[in-house]
Amino acid sequence: MTEKTALTLSINGHAHAINVEARRTLADAIREDCGQTGTHIGCEHGICGACTVIVNGEPVRSCLMFAVQAEGKKIRTVEGLADGDTLHVMQQAFMDHHGLQCGFCTPGFLMLAVGVLEREPNISDDDLLDVLSSNLCRCTGYQNIIKAVRAAAEQMRGK
Amino acid sequence: MNAPTKGSHGDALKWVGRAIRRLEDPALVTGQGHFTADLAATHWVRFVRSPNAAGTIGNIKAPDGALVITAADLKAVKKITPMLHKFEYKAVGQPILAEDVVRFVGEAVAAVVASSEEEAEDIADLVELNIDASMPLVDSRDALANGAPQIHIEAPGNVIVKGTVKTPGFDGVWASAAKVVKIDARSHRQNATPMEARAAHAAYDRTNGRVTLTCTTQMPHLMRTAIADLLGMRESDLRVIAPDVGGGFGQKMSLCSEYVLLVWLARKLKSTVAWTEDRRENLIASFHSRDQYVTLEGAFDKDAKLLALRADVVSNVGAYSCFPTTCGVEPLMAMAEMPGPYDVRHYQCLARGVLTNTCTMAAYRGVSRPIITFTIERLMDKAAKAFALDPVDIRRRNLIDKFPYTSATGLVYDEATYKETLDMAVHEIGVPAFRARQKEARARGRYLGIGFATFSERTGYGSPAFAARGMAITPGWETVHVSVDPSGYVEARIGSSPHGQGLRTTLAQIIADELGIPPDLIKVIHGDTDTAPYGWGTFASRSLVISGGATLIAARKVRAKLVKIASHMLEAAENDIVLEGGHAKVAGTDRTVSIASMAREIYTQAHRFKGELEPGLNESGTYDPPGTFSNACHVAIVDLDPDTGFVKVERYLVAEDAGRIINPMIADGQVHGGVAQGIGNALLEEIVYDGDGGILTANLADYMPPTAHEMPNIELHHIETPSTQSITKAKGLGEGGTIGAPAAVLNAINDALTPFNVEIDIIPATPQRIRAVLREAEQAKKKIA
Repeated sequence: MTEKTALTLSINGHAHAINVEARRTLADAIREDCGQTGTHIGCEHGICGACTVIVNGEPVRSCLMFAVQAEGKKIRTVEGLADGDTLHVMQQAFMDHHGLQCGFCTPGFLMLAVGVLEREPNISDDDLLDVLSSNLCRCTGYQNIIKAVRAAAEQMRGK
Repeated sequence: MNAPTKGSHGDALKWVGRAIRRLEDPALVTGQGHFTADLAATHWVRFVRSPNAAGTIGNIKAPDGALVITAADLKAVKKITPMLHKFEYKAVGQPILAEDVVRFVGEAVAAVVASSEEEAEDIADLVELNIDASMPLVDSRDALANGAPQIHIEAPGNVIVKGTVKTPGFDGVWASAAKVVKIDARSHRQNATPMEARAAHAAYDRTNGRVTLTCTTQMPHLMRTAIADLLGMRESDLRVIAPDVGGGFGQKMSLCSEYVLLVWLARKLKSTVAWTEDRRENLIASFHSRDQYVTLEGAFDKDAKLLALRADVVSNVGAYSCFPTTCGVEPLMAMAEMPGPYDVRHYQCLARGVLTNTCTMAAYRGVSRPIITFTIERLMDKAAKAFALDPVDIRRRNLIDKFPYTSATGLVYDEATYKETLDMAVHEIGVPAFRARQKEARARGRYLGIGFATFSERTGYGSPAFAARGMAITPGWETVHVSVDPSGYVEARIGSSPHGQGLRTTLAQIIADELGIPPDLIKVIHGDTDTAPYGWGTFASRSLVISGGATLIAARKVRAKLVKIASHMLEAAENDIVLEGGHAKVAGTDRTVSIASMAREIYTQAHRFKGELEPGLNESGTYDPPGTFSNACHVAIVDLDPDTGFVKVERYLVAEDAGRIINPMIADGQVHGGVAQGIGNALLEEIVYDGDGGILTANLADYMPPTAHEMPNIELHHIETPSTQSITKAKGLGEGGTIGAPAAVLNAINDALTPFNVEIDIIPATPQRIRAVLREAEQAKKKIA
């Protein structure tokens, strides 16, 4: 299976013209073909959520989507969260509340939380916990991730 | 707590002890971290792994034109043969690729090399392995049975390491006991499961023949030493880099055969070769741990004072011995530390490491102590029941309270707060209120339970402690180089290799206090054998104590030299110089010189110091401490559903003492993460083998690390007893959370099960296992009826 398809991915507002096999996952395309290595791959089974990115406003596991399926859609990754040198409130909250240790799962958690809160700013605490339980972190025990996301949610609502 | 911090200009605030934000974080939250798998390569490797747990390798057939490496290509490469000079250890060798026989499902038999990962995977699928399968040994008890097949000829009876201890006069004391209480504990197999699985990238430099191996490891220097040795190359021809590492928890401290092959390939192909492990490989073929049977008996006098302990430890070490610790790491740790925080003068133990046809066992956060703590803490609760005492009361009667305390196995315990943390936990959790709530809940058909775990956590131990184990490779000390460059910025190059522990921040805090500059002007450099001094890496709750101690020693030397420079430049007595706010000042005057000016001077105007001071501003510190003991009391409250066996941890409290805390935010984070792994170990996580040695838990939905849903809020309470065995007065705390949680949770489960008159002494205590003991009791009841 080596036949390649030419397509353009829009990542954080930049167009990336790439040639990929139909079986290429979006995660691999983002990392290897578009050079955006901030998105991490933790399991390739759609379980850990480390590869979560936002596609057309929805958080998705980029290991479960093919690159060809993402053509024409707006993809956002962790590299696009900050506005120049100003961190997104979610990034700042993760730093303020020690919501990360090794940092490998962090981009996935950031994109998951931002994606959900943009869609549903008034999400209840219980529903937010449900959402956050869809990604795995092995370092923090989640307590500080939850704290960070709740703090950022309040700020995002205040905007 | 997380308020932005200011520089120490003129204020007396110390940096040590403050919850400053981590210097590591800006890169990691913006996706600018550098992880091994981010690197591009010319060649990619896919390993062909054995589908059989035991058997003889026949023909290996590769597709035409494919580059497939097998053991036949690696005759000149030594086998990984870790050595222990004690405990009847039998040295066994692990070939880099399986040679003649396979010994576990997932063992690498061949390596396919191709120009992309996908192509390598496609070719690997076409490689035909002909293995004449034989019956494997999966359970350690089967491997110990008479007539069991021998997994390595060097280890008759499959016993690879055997430790025994018996204190003089043991039998007499045992015979005098008023009561003997016994537990048969079982800990099933687990996988540390860092979110980043293993990965390596080896790049050959044609200009000088050197190879740079970037890999996800906790011990870059030792990887270099070991790989150079196995390949027969000069160590200086190999550079090892541990970039950002996505968690380790012990799994990344052992040498992987895969990394050795990558370096060999880079040299053979004179090219760049990479391998990224997938999650299935990680779960079946990276290192496992915790597979143990422990039988523990406690002999008590009539007042429930523990007189003697007798233990039998059988540790399933898998197919090979891990480097550098050897597979003695689990059974011997269990033997040495079984008595835990209790005063007991007599002790007998037999601890065996047993080879089986399963994935190799290695260190995982806590190493054996989660199991022995769970075992002895269950024993204490059983003893409390036997003596009709409260679980807290029996602990109070037996905890060590005089220091230094020399244990029955000869370990010296420094000052700690075993009783104080227990009292603190009892007070904070509110035991009487809980008991009332428990009673009321039972009346409504809900079953709540409370469980305590008191334990010691040996941390920050140097080379004497490792030497006592007879390790051929004896880690322990650390070296740190602290330098001030001519522009006045400070760099600390360290031999430790942090991967999430926040050491870049905490070491900077230690230096900041010595030099009177804010931590964000200090860069801590690690994880590169070309730029960092030789060191042992990060494991065993050691880095803040040992690297922190070496940092303090080096920083004090830099400080002393800065004072001398200032004394010259300001023409004042050294005693009158103070360092603060990035300046040296003459106390009581307005005469001052900046660190940047002093640094500039000592490099570029060295002649002015008339030979009294050497040029430059670089100092080194080495620290090799005896070791210290942190301690804690954990309390879990669970809600157990007897119909489904489901357990919810409703409340979790930790009262802990890790000596002086350098950064409370980071310390708390270590406890949170440790407890989460401990709760996972207690309730959820298990590598399940079938009878043929196949693994049934090869993805993260079947092997279940906890999610945010399973985690209670963890309430933390601290006591700070400054350690006399650590120059920073800090003790380590990386493993305590994981050590205490299985014990607390299992005691809570058993407390909840009290009305059913059943007990469970197995981790993980899954719903199926809890239902099994309840079902047995229900059936027994029916029979009687």
